[in-house]
Amino acid sequence: MRDILRRMQTWAERRLPALTRYRRPENLPIELHRRRIYIVPTGFGLGFSVLLLVMMVGALNYTNNAALLLTCLLGAASATSMLLAFRSLDRLRLSHIRAGHAVAGQPIELMLVFDSRRNRSAIRVDLEHSRTAFAIGASGSAEVKLTLPTAHRGWQMLPRLRLWSSWPLGLFRAWSWLHPEQSVLVWPRPEAAGPPPHAAADDARHMRLHQGDELAALRDYRVGDPQRHIAWKASARHANLLVKDFEQPQSRPQWQLDWRQLPGLDHEARIARLARWLGEAQAQQRNYSLWLPGDEIASGSGPLHYARCMNALAQLP
Amino acid sequence: MIAPPSRKARSETPIDIRSFDLLSLTTAFVLGLHAAHLPWWLDITLALLLGWRWWQRRQRAGRVPRWLKLPLLMLLTLAVITYYGSIFGREPGAAFAIGLLILKLLETESARDVRVGIGFACFALMTALLFDQGLIVTVIVALGLLPALATLRALEPAQTPMTLRRSLLPGLGLLAAALPLALLAFLLVPRLSSPLWGAPSPREARTGLSDRMSPGNFTDLLTDDRPALRVSFGGTPPPPDQRYFRAYVMWDYDGTNWNYVDLVYRAPVELLTSHTIKYQISMEPTHQRVLPMLDVPVDAPEGARLRQDHVVMADRPVNDPLTYTAQSAVQYRLQPELGIQARQRGLSLPVGFNPRALALGREWRQRYGNDDAAIVQTALALFHDGGFSYTLSPAPLGRDAMDDFLFNTREGFCEHYSSAFTVLMRAAGIPARVVTGYQGGYWNQVGDYLLVRYSDAHAWSEVWLAGRGWVRVDPTAAVRPERVSLGAAAAAGEQLAWYRNDWLQGLRNHWDIVNRWWGEGVIGFDAVRQRGLLTPFGIRDADTKTLGALLAIGSVLFIAIGLGWALLRRQARDPLRAALRELERKLARRGVVRRPSEGPQHYLSRAARALPGQRDELAMLMRCYLELRYAHDEPPPESLRDFQRAARDFRVVRVVK
Repeated sequence: MRDILRRMQTWAERRLPALTRYRRPENLPIELHRRRIYIVPTGFGLGFSVLLLVMMVGALNYTNNAALLLTCLLGAASATSMLLAFRSLDRLRLSHIRAGHAVAGQPIELMLVFDSRRNRSAIRVDLEHSRTAFAIGASGSAEVKLTLPTAHRGWQMLPRLRLWSSWPLGLFRAWSWLHPEQSVLVWPRPEAAGPPPHAAADDARHMRLHQGDELAALRDYRVGDPQRHIAWKASARHANLLVKDFEQPQSRPQWQLDWRQLPGLDHEARIARLARWLGEAQAQQRNYSLWLPGDEIASGSGPLHYARCMNALAQLP
Repeated sequence: MIAPPSRKARSETPIDIRSFDLLSLTTAFVLGLHAAHLPWWLDITLALLLGWRWWQRRQRAGRVPRWLKLPLLMLLTLAVITYYGSIFGREPGAAFAIGLLILKLLETESARDVRVGIGFACFALMTALLFDQGLIVTVIVALGLLPALATLRALEPAQTPMTLRRSLLPGLGLLAAALPLALLAFLLVPRLSSPLWGAPSPREARTGLSDRMSPGNFTDLLTDDRPALRVSFGGTPPPPDQRYFRAYVMWDYDGTNWNYVDLVYRAPVELLTSHTIKYQISMEPTHQRVLPMLDVPVDAPEGARLRQDHVVMADRPVNDPLTYTAQSAVQYRLQPELGIQARQRGLSLPVGFNPRALALGREWRQRYGNDDAAIVQTALALFHDGGFSYTLSPAPLGRDAMDDFLFNTREGFCEHYSSAFTVLMRAAGIPARVVTGYQGGYWNQVGDYLLVRYSDAHAWSEVWLAGRGWVRVDPTAAVRPERVSLGAAAAAGEQLAWYRNDWLQGLRNHWDIVNRWWGEGVIGFDAVRQRGLLTPFGIRDADTKTLGALLAIGSVLFIAIGLGWALLRRQARDPLRAALRELERKLARRGVVRRPSEGPQHYLSRAARALPGQRDELAMLMRCYLELRYAHDEPPPESLRDFQRAARDFRVVRVVK
């Protein structure tokens, strides 16, 4: 049944462009107005109107004017609720969209910011299969979190959003399509396992020779130790000389990640490996630089640096 | 990827406690409205079930198990059938519907269940009006829509939390906004001229007078103070002692009962009259055919026939409120010539009953000879001076009821007196009969109408006197003159319940004008009145097609108004612009008109050149404006106020050339 409906919808959109003229992506902000809000009764609305009809025929048949008046009142209230449903969407504005970070295959988190001058209740947003509801109170804006499934790295267009509401009575459903012209950048998925990056040859020596100025321990004197490092007070209580050993918490050596150093792998595999290395470097709090064809990112660290590198990777052709 | 939840699963998500509370409230309201029509044991059971379910749902969400629900359903069906004997009809139908509504609450867990429950509750609210469509009941029923609407609102997601009162108020606003459209629809929905299916069951208890009278059977009626008739007169109303409304004329007495026999094909007897009075009666439904008329009706209104004794019978029972216009004689001679047959009928008495009363009548005849009037006076004097008293709870009477009453108990009310009087007259050889109807009523000054209640029911006698025809004699008045001048309640004195005291009664009488307006304006708005609705607009007879077209036009009009409201976009007020406009108007009066394509800077510079005397002032205003407009996102309020003041105080100085 749903398939049939969906097929009919696609057909209608192909054949009757006027009906679906808001299919094309538009720039933010998008403000809803009467030409793009549609209203149909819900299933409950249809059932309720049948009930009203039964009540009316009953009241007419028994010439019971009080009951007829009640039925008319209920019917008029239902009809008025249609206007309220329309008004709950009218002039609602999608002002901007913020996207989170996600690697391909994982859902990406989107933050939609709606604003309105009026208070609004029970507005629902459908994005593919993610659905959420929000209300706008006195602050005049609402942030709505949605997730969007991703499949491939790179820029991904946002699909159409459906904004709908059955406020206030659930008898009518007002809806509108929003197709913001906005893409989200999906990071490449890192490979599951692989070799560590090729470390520079002088790394080990660099580490050995390094001396810091923080006292780490006392050790036996060895020939060649500088005299000023000898712990005289401690040595007085022992048989042999003790020397203060200094050390500095050594940041791990920096990685120079380079596209050119990964021969023999195909394009996507290279990207996946670089992505894994970037992730490891970030986890180990190393400094790292990245060289990519057409882009060179100098050494750095921290989440912003990581995001910059991943963005560059994601945008590779 | 995880499959999306199916539509069914989504609607099955359990509802929150708020929606359930509101649904319970709605259901409780419906139960309360119907409580009076249901047997008390069903009321209590359903109320307990409702309370239990509400408590249980607060403890833990979940449906009541099926093994409990099914027996309850069968129990309900069985109970209704055993009590009423059927499941169809108004009372059993209502009982069954309310029971089902409570049972529905037992299994209510999802939003869909709640919506079904609310729809059902709305229907049940409407059925409450089938029992009573008075103004107060209708208003209460309409108030019952508030929790129903609030429940539907509570089902919508993402709302700010609200108190109960605040959740009911928007519904009131919605109903108020819907009222004009509802009234339009009410006026124009074409009424059916004949019902599509059977009218409500005639099993309904008849109210009002019956076509049979025996001493004592008015007791229920005399304590029923619901309105029976509302009478408005074209001119001045008749004085209280002439406010006799005739319903039945009873000739036949069998020793216990006086009976009315409906002789359909006899022509009305002759009525000579010099003075008639016109009036209109609105009558509450009695499910009987008799239409009470002011004594004595000259002819019958439409849809009714005048019987032999000027009793008016409608063609079908009065099941709905009815309004009719009539004309009656207040000074009259009814049936100046009495035929032999009629005379015999007016003298006949059952054999073997009331020997002492018969003897007394014969004795009077011997004493007064042919002076009928003297006999009547003697009888009235007997009631007045013979130790008789007026009471609504007289002692029971034996087989010879009239003997018992006249010589033993000597207490009773109108039925006893009229019955005894008529028997005495017949025994004395004067043709006599009993007439029942209403007497008195409350004159509502504000509404200019006479309110007659069921408790104003009365019985009196008529005697036939040669040369005068039938003459009304009210023996009760001989015992208790207040009965005629003030009504049964006054005559009964202390015997009535506390709630019928004078002060409250007065309040109720005044309030009745609202009921009358409701009854005539709303309840009595039938097919005939609807057809005449458009007479002021030149449409004499509005048929279904015209009404339908008007309804469509009116609805479109209302929808247009509603759409206008919905589409209303308030322009954001721009005080800076308004101030500049004011300045422009002042300058325009001196001939410096801003061109459509001209920006503020150019325009104000031009103005400064045109009015050299105020060049500096204008240049300052221009600078201010430009800064306020373009230097800030939001102009700072104090500078804005300065600019507004400057623009307001700006005066173009007239330069003498």
